[in-house]
Amino acid sequence: MGNGTPIGRVRGVGSAHHGAQHWLVQRFTAVGNLVSVLFLVISLLMLPNLSYGTVSGWMSDPLPAFMMALLVISTFWHARLGLQVLVEDYVHDLGLRFATVMLLNIAAVAGAGFGLFCIIRLALAAPALAPALTGAA
Amino acid sequence: MLVSILHRVSGDGMALVGLGVLLWWLGALAGGAESYATFASVMGSPIGYVVLIGLTWAFFNHMSSGIRHFVLDMGAGYELTTNRMFSMVSIASGLLLTLAFWAVILLK
Repeated sequence: MGNGTPIGRVRGVGSAHHGAQHWLVQRFTAVGNLVSVLFLVISLLMLPNLSYGTVSGWMSDPLPAFMMALLVISTFWHARLGLQVLVEDYVHDLGLRFATVMLLNIAAVAGAGFGLFCIIRLALAAPALAPALTGAA
Repeated sequence: MLVSILHRVSGDGMALVGLGVLLWWLGALAGGAESYATFASVMGSPIGYVVLIGLTWAFFNHMSSGIRHFVLDMGAGYELTTNRMFSMVSIASGLLLTLAFWAVILLK
């Protein structure tokens, strides 16, 4: 960022012209959240109880596992976009803002990755590991 | 303005607290019966209930005002009386759905 000419003072600071894309993806993932979180909410209401066996058995079925994987991707993506707006509104120092958005990106990808790993482990390894996981002989 | 503030509070609250609880829940399930029991005992404590009920409200509130956003994005609902009514409905439905959800869970 220069400090001489007017263009030098604003270059690199203003819009990156990605605003429309950000806005659209926020809407796309909002619809994904609406469908997938309502699936989770209704499933929790319909399960007979919330014991370990019931919930892990539910999650290891293909459809719930698939919907929970979509939920993790959609919610973490949506949260990344929403928190970015929060940071851009309240963190005014440009260097600090860059660092915060960078950490936000890393945390969102790492969090989603961990969530997906857990779901895949339950969905794929559960039949073989079921006795060990539930503590049954 | 209140709807806008609540939309941001509930959204960022879920992003910062809710996703953490979600990952803990998934990690506890993947870890086995023992780790799930730890998660369940923390969430069954008074503070756990406050967090879970707060997150439930955050979801239903954010969902209600989010649907309002979709309607406004389509260019509808800008008349003063309609806009005012939709704002109040979005706050009320967030609270009512939270109440209904916990009524079903606790009365089961």
